Amino acid sequence: MIYFDKVTKRYGDTTALEEVTLSVAPKEFVSIVGHSGAGKTTLLKLLLAEERPSDGVVFFESVDVNELPSSALHHYRRKIGMVFQDFRLIPNKTAYENIAFAMEAAGRTDSEIASDVPYILELVNLADKASRFPDQLSGGEKQRIAIGRAIINQPDIIIADEPTGNLDPINTYEVVEILKKINELGTTIIITTHNKGVVDAVGKRVITIDRGKLVRDDTEGKFVL
Amino acid sequence: MKWTTIKRVLIAGAKNFVRGDAVSVATVLIMTVTLTLIGSMIFLSALLSFTLNTITNKIDVSVYFVTTASEADILAVKNQIESLPQVESVTYTSAADALTAFRARHANDELTLQALDELGGNPLDASLSVHAKDPSEYGSIVNFLEASPALSAGGTSIIDRINYAQNKSAIDRLTLATQAMRNIGFAIVILFAIASILIAFATIRLAIYTAKDEIAVMRLVGASNAYIQGPFVVTGIIAGIIAAALVLLILWPATWYVETKTIGWFGGFNVASYYSSNFVLIFLILMGSGIALGAIASVLAIHRYLKA
Repeated sequence: MIYFDKVTKRYGDTTALEEVTLSVAPKEFVSIVGHSGAGKTTLLKLLLAEERPSDGVVFFESVDVNELPSSALHHYRRKIGMVFQDFRLIPNKTAYENIAFAMEAAGRTDSEIASDVPYILELVNLADKASRFPDQLSGGEKQRIAIGRAIINQPDIIIADEPTGNLDPINTYEVVEILKKINELGTTIIITTHNKGVVDAVGKRVITIDRGKLVRDDTEGKFVL
Repeated sequence: MKWTTIKRVLIAGAKNFVRGDAVSVATVLIMTVTLTLIGSMIFLSALLSFTLNTITNKIDVSVYFVTTASEADILAVKNQIESLPQVESVTYTSAADALTAFRARHANDELTLQALDELGGNPLDASLSVHAKDPSEYGSIVNFLEASPALSAGGTSIIDRINYAQNKSAIDRLTLATQAMRNIGFAIVILFAIASILIAFATIRLAIYTAKDEIAVMRLVGASNAYIQGPFVVTGIIAGIIAAALVLLILWPATWYVETKTIGWFGGFNVASYYSSNFVLIFLILMGSGIALGAIASVLAIHRYLKA
């Protein structure tokens, strides 16, 4: 499904990723671990086509992501659900509108939005806070809305960049459980994390990146830094 | 773009405006200032045109005829002059009318009237007062009068004199002055218009800068550039429409106040009646400027955040 072929990314004289080769199969749950600045977020940005590799190729479902024209990027990104550490909800939209926005952007009809958004709000246990704005929600609630937004269009893959980085242990546990449930339903998930507890709770494949290099790929879910 | 998308963009733009609070208020206020400046430019241009027209209308060339010239010959000359493309109007004053006007002008000057009576008869000439469309055309009109053989009856010129030579330097100075005023006025209008547009652009850019993270998120959830841009453009247009409406409202009492405080200052130019008689034009200019400013500034400001 995803294949990084000897991908290198440089920012000026700094090498953020160096000849990284990895593949992710459909329905996998992959945790990418590494210290701050190891290159985890760069790897995700390359997958999202937010950045272009300096060398190498990134394939998504046999499409070379680097070859996508700018006009096709928004179609490509609709296949990916993104969850961020800082939630990145749209501040002047309610919880309902934040989730609905992803559907509107994908050109879904009003009736689809009216039926799917309440269902997703139920799924992330926030049906009663549909009309709240992000600054009226706790960190855990914001992250659950962000997950709702990420899954609303039934993407092929969800990419979560440090999704529990700003959460307390209880909310971390809830978010991990939601992600596991989504994975069980057949969606591929890639998360980056520092949190050993998260990796242990997921118990699936772990890729370790250190100073831009892939140093470990462990299918048994071992967190080694 | 489908109707559903258009509807969503319009609703999102309206919601952005309402939820924008202080940013929306600030944008409307700055655009109100901008449109007030543009509105002032309309009045300034009108006042300038009025003043220049008033000055230009005071310039004329008088053609005086010999006392033996018949009225029919003079009117024939009048027709010839009127047919010239550079002539705005020609006014005929008969010798009798000139005498009546002279007597009326000197009604309180007994000595002058006495001297006139002692002369006996009418010493004044019939004349044609010629107004050119442009003061710079007087030279060519006079050349025509001096060269045209049709102005002679029985081989003798019926024209006694033309006061162009005496007035030439004054006419030239006035022509230069009116052209300079026109150029300076035009430059001021352009300068203010550019300044006001830049102020509006800067404000809208600032408003959109505050939403740059929001725009990045929209891109990452797969929104197309047009779908991201649309609501911001609608918000900008709403701000422009409200600002234009405010300016149009403010102009009613403002022009009335200016009118009452400046009676006689502008040589008969009535600011309030100019506004009411040209309301539709001013409405269209201000509303069009508000909408265009809001839309164009939004498109330009957001463009930099939409690069993939």
